[in-house]
Amino acid sequence: MRISTKYAPRKPPEGKPRSCITDTSLTHEQMLELYRFLKLTRLVEERIVNLYRQTKVVGGVYRSLGQEATAVGSAYALRPDDFITPIIRDLGAVFVKGIRPREILAQYMAKAWGPSGGKDLNVHFGYLDKGFLGPISHLGDMIPVMTGILLGARMQKKDIVGLAYIGDGGASTGAFYEGMNFAAVQRLPLIVIAEYNHYAYSTPTSSQTAVRNLVERAAAFGIPGYIVDGNDVVACYEVTKQAIDYARKGRGAVLIEAKTYRRKGHAEHDDQRYVPAGEIEYWEKHNDPIDRFEKFLLDQKVATQEKLDEITAAVMREIEEDSEWAESSPMPEPEGAAYGVFDNSIVPPAFRPKVLES
Amino acid sequence: MSTALKKERKPQRPPRGGLATMVEAIRAGIWEEMERDPAVFLIGEDVGTYGGAFKVTEGIIDHFGPERVIDTPIAEAAIVGAACGAALMGMRPVAEFQFIDFISCGFDLLTNYAAKCRYRWGANIPAVFRGPCGSGVRSGPFHSLNPESFFTNTAGLKIVEPSTAYDAKGLIKAAIRDPDPVLYFEHKKLYRLPRLREELPEDDYIVEIGKARTRREGRDLSIITFGAQVLTALDAAEELEKEGLDVEVIDLRTLAPLDKEAILGSVKKTSRALILHEASLTGGIGGEIAAIISAEAFEWLDAPVVRVASLDTPVPYSPPLEDYYLPQVKDVVDAARKLAAY
Repeated sequence: MRISTKYAPRKPPEGKPRSCITDTSLTHEQMLELYRFLKLTRLVEERIVNLYRQTKVVGGVYRSLGQEATAVGSAYALRPDDFITPIIRDLGAVFVKGIRPREILAQYMAKAWGPSGGKDLNVHFGYLDKGFLGPISHLGDMIPVMTGILLGARMQKKDIVGLAYIGDGGASTGAFYEGMNFAAVQRLPLIVIAEYNHYAYSTPTSSQTAVRNLVERAAAFGIPGYIVDGNDVVACYEVTKQAIDYARKGRGAVLIEAKTYRRKGHAEHDDQRYVPAGEIEYWEKHNDPIDRFEKFLLDQKVATQEKLDEITAAVMREIEEDSEWAESSPMPEPEGAAYGVFDNSIVPPAFRPKVLES
Repeated sequence: MSTALKKERKPQRPPRGGLATMVEAIRAGIWEEMERDPAVFLIGEDVGTYGGAFKVTEGIIDHFGPERVIDTPIAEAAIVGAACGAALMGMRPVAEFQFIDFISCGFDLLTNYAAKCRYRWGANIPAVFRGPCGSGVRSGPFHSLNPESFFTNTAGLKIVEPSTAYDAKGLIKAAIRDPDPVLYFEHKKLYRLPRLREELPEDDYIVEIGKARTRREGRDLSIITFGAQVLTALDAAEELEKEGLDVEVIDLRTLAPLDKEAILGSVKKTSRALILHEASLTGGIGGEIAAIISAEAFEWLDAPVVRVASLDTPVPYSPPLEDYYLPQVKDVVDAARKLAAY
């Protein structure tokens, strides 16, 4: 199968800063919405870090700093009834799917009002009616689960596609291979974005796999592949749109590799001692997805700096309001731990939690 | 020549009632559920035209079509994951493991995804994961497993294992209708055992998950068991009867959740408990049952609780080895005699 490099990263002309591709069907309004999602993602994560430092976040904090464009641009190409299953570095895709910052903040703070009621962390929840299926920590598992979502949808004659994310580390798991292979042989409309962000925890991709590009694995599944500049939000949108068009026509699964870079450690506690000196600074200075998109919007006269500042200010207000809401949520009642393993209204007494029996 | 050997393929709808072996009962249960609810579908390796390694799903593809009987690659993680995804969409998958030994390849998705979804974010997974389990058929270390205790310590999974054709049909229907994931283990030795052929009712019926059944009433001693070992227990009970011992046999039918009432009720009546299972002794479900009895029926006991189970080894292949590995009627009789004499 063909691997397309049409959207692959290109070196900018000598001395010129990077921008985004200009060949796009996005309207100006859509571009500004993409900008809002990028800023929302980065600023919500910054807020979560602040809350973590105030010890209000009880678990780990996982950042997508420097790779926000991949999640935002790809998820933006979906229709509302399509499904996504992100990994931890795809908070932007979660927002595009209509999840509010307050829900994420409440999740991180283990609050009762979070979508899992304090039972699970960060983006580990789902809204089936919004087509959002949260991941679990076991990388690769969501590929077969998304395959099942699409299999079920096909039996129900629903015209939806599924977008699943995986990292360069998660793509080493057996579940990833089994799920991809099954989706491919069933010609299900599954689009997988493999995020080449250079590190899986501390392990560089060169120790993770012998292939140079993750997308070369598409050949093993007999499906088409694309390489995209993961820090170009416009390219991420366009490539995903092409893949969706292909999948929606019933032609089967697609693998997209997004070349990006994880500027933070695996989690907030990670000191990144394994990263060569200067690497993070290089990406920050020369290849930040938000800087690039801002330059694009200004160069293309999509917006003025004032307009962009206005969007950022509105995002800040939303985060402020949502933080207050999340902080005002109570912690869950302790006995809640005993509920919800099964449908307690109908299971036999042996399965009912003790608190229900007394 | 080859065409002459090919049989005319006609979907044979199983009769609603009548005489049935266990395999026929399971097939009839699945068939009726697929007729009743269009959301029910089958997924697994060779479950389509071939009808599954043990022909449990034979003929179903001819009647319901390949959209509802899905042959998969050899990929148990994909089977379990896809069943979970489809179940989240409101489908009712019945996933087959070709042999239950291969459940280990889907273990992660079963224990981390299927079992925890409802608890984590309220999404239930109404899926059945079924397959042939059990030893005693000379199948060696990889086709003989009894894996119940791999799963009894995972919250979120129900586990059933029938020992009669009636229960097999009633439990598969209950499992398919259940809103949560159910592991349904079928002892392969029982599939076509003539002894288990029985008349099934014509009416639609289910066997409630979580309920044991007293297979034989007795006053002197309780044997608590399930699956193929129910037959071992019944045979032992008959021998012991000749010696004047009146043995009660409890068939658990559901291994999670355990029917504590039935277990304790029987032990309080007989004051002597023998737990019999086919999986290895150490860490087996017998330990949990013994603990329940000790904690909640201690004053009623006249003797220590006894466990009879297989050796703490893999399941060996050669008949003399496997027979030595497995609990035999004689082992149960000897243990029961000692227990009665305590």
